[in-house]
Amino acid sequence: MDILRFATAGSVDDGKSTLIGRLLFDSKAIFEDQLEAVERTSRDRGTEYTDLSLLTDGLRAEREQGITIDVAYRYFATPKRKFIIADTPGHIQYTRNMVTGASTADLAIILIDARKGVLEQSRRHAFLTTLLRVPHLVLAVNKMDLVDYSEERFEEIREEFTSFASKLNASDLTFIPISALHGDNVVSRSENMPWYQGTSLLHHLENVHIASDRNLVDVRFPVQYVIRPHKTEFHDYRGYAGQVAGGVLKPGDEVMHLPSGMATRIAAIDTFDGPVDEAFPPMAVTLRFEDDIDISRGDMICRPNNQPLATQEIDAMICWMADSVKLRPRAKLTIKHTTRTARALVKDLHYRLDVNTLHRDETAAELSLNEIGRVSLRITQPLFVDDYARNRLTGGFILIDEASNGTVGAGMIL
Amino acid sequence: MLQRDYTTSQLDVLEAEAIHIMREVAAEFERPCLLFSGGKDSIVMLRIAEKAFWPAPIPFPLMHVDTGHNFSEVIDFRDRRVAELGARLVVASVQDSIDAGRVVEETGRRASRNRLQTTTLLDAIEEHEFDAVFGGARRDEEKARAKERVFSFRDDFGQWDPKNQRPELWNLYNAKIRKGEHIRVFPLSNWTELDIWDYIRREGIEIPTIYFAHTRKVFERDGMLLPESDVLERGDDEPLFEAMVRYRTVGDITCTGAVHSTAATVSEIIEEIAVTRITERGATRADDRASEAAMEDRKKEGYF
Repeated sequence: MDILRFATAGSVDDGKSTLIGRLLFDSKAIFEDQLEAVERTSRDRGTEYTDLSLLTDGLRAEREQGITIDVAYRYFATPKRKFIIADTPGHIQYTRNMVTGASTADLAIILIDARKGVLEQSRRHAFLTTLLRVPHLVLAVNKMDLVDYSEERFEEIREEFTSFASKLNASDLTFIPISALHGDNVVSRSENMPWYQGTSLLHHLENVHIASDRNLVDVRFPVQYVIRPHKTEFHDYRGYAGQVAGGVLKPGDEVMHLPSGMATRIAAIDTFDGPVDEAFPPMAVTLRFEDDIDISRGDMICRPNNQPLATQEIDAMICWMADSVKLRPRAKLTIKHTTRTARALVKDLHYRLDVNTLHRDETAAELSLNEIGRVSLRITQPLFVDDYARNRLTGGFILIDEASNGTVGAGMIL
Repeated sequence: MLQRDYTTSQLDVLEAEAIHIMREVAAEFERPCLLFSGGKDSIVMLRIAEKAFWPAPIPFPLMHVDTGHNFSEVIDFRDRRVAELGARLVVASVQDSIDAGRVVEETGRRASRNRLQTTTLLDAIEEHEFDAVFGGARRDEEKARAKERVFSFRDDFGQWDPKNQRPELWNLYNAKIRKGEHIRVFPLSNWTELDIWDYIRREGIEIPTIYFAHTRKVFERDGMLLPESDVLERGDDEPLFEAMVRYRTVGDITCTGAVHSTAATVSEIIEEIAVTRITERGATRADDRASEAAMEDRKKEGYF
């Protein structure tokens, strides 16, 4: 059994919470005590049916205001897969949460209300999903029951969205007509839509192929921690621990250390459970090398003929996540990229992107909360980077405000 | 030639993620510690710490916040495990906090030291100048926990502000704090109760005996089975009876209920959980029943 991480985007009005409640309920991830609490609350509020959306409201302020404030993580499993849902709010002011949820997602579900069609917010969600390079996208056209399960309406929405998505170079795109409230095409195929030939949403989630989404080509091993036991038994032991960010490593492989540029071979790949004969993402292992090289946290192990770019100049798309400060040219920030932390100077803001129209405003002087723009940074020391499109782990970084210590920006290297 | 399929099992993915988080903390903080209660989640967390730094010893101490109202089987287990690892254990005692006048003992039938633990925990963090504290909490446990970060920032009062959390992207964690502040770190955030048990089975990890079915004198209160104990006041309307029970969670004896069970092995426990229809906290924790937002309120104050 493997894990599929998916993000859901849409507002309460689109029926997102109802859909998640339905998935949890029908896969039996909801327990009696949780269901009783929801039934009680539904009755108290005079709702006719059990309001499954109540299952996903976490914080008191959210229940009071009927909104979702933050990314919430939910879990369910079927015999085929374990699922982690990053449930992100859909309102415009929560772009930062959607970006956060999408950063680790294998798949994103965008909900569209069949009555309303493709809205500005649907376009924004699709854009953010492709910006964050979520490999698989599902357009769930919800509330089909309210348009009489009309095939024409579904096709209309499919066409409109497809023409928009072609501008985004969206990845694998799947359309599914559903009714989250009544369960049509959520877990099993609906009898109300015989014209629909595809699979149910859950079937798609269970079967979409994700193993090849990881980068298994470019060897990238950011050194995280140096292990030196200081025990008589392991007197001369020196291991370099980290999580594989790309490629497949094997004992005997020739590798290169950055920043030194020195080549060596992998002597062993160690784990607590014994040595292994290969390591690939997302394994966390400890490497030993044949030669004694000075290696520390923040360094990178790669292949001599396949190296990341070592650079102090970075061009990136930035999503700004702070309301207390703005991103402006000349600002100094802390940057955390793989296991390396350095300082960054904002050299230039090239443009601000309107996430609804994709219009580039080249006169923009700053980025505020939830705004996205293209930025050039100068870094105090070389970072070992790949294009974000090639590798999310060596192409993504966060920016930290040096006064508040808050995480204020997320960057994707171009 | 067949293309090798690099699929990774869910337990391997969760374990790798937790190891990465632990190493990140060891690299970025000066004085981390790991909360170890002898409960199943902290036992799994401790095994992952062992794996993350092997063959080196775990590079931080363990801490137990001791209410004094313990199951003796759990304390025996705790001490044996600490000795095996050669680890350093800090015991922060709620009784000491009461004696020092930092907190006042609750009285009456429903008295519990559960809430008092927060003060003891925060005092110990301050005294030992811990800047990162590992906890075994999981997001599937409770609504408020579902929204908490892996690196959860706490101000100098130890408080959690759910509306002002640091965004967490990819596998990048922001470890920046000022003196006096700290980070609660939850490496098992993405695990479910079933994942914990699957892992215990796969790894052959020892757990305290009270997790398995045994005969115990219990009484019923609010639909929960509480054990006969010197520290639990029992009314005349709460008669003792013998039952075959086990514990799904292990906490303070005064607010942790047992469930009827005949599960004698980890595999039988897993079968039982797979068909059970009540959450572990709903079934066994009086502390969460106080109100719909009970956990949220305690977490804001600095609870685990």
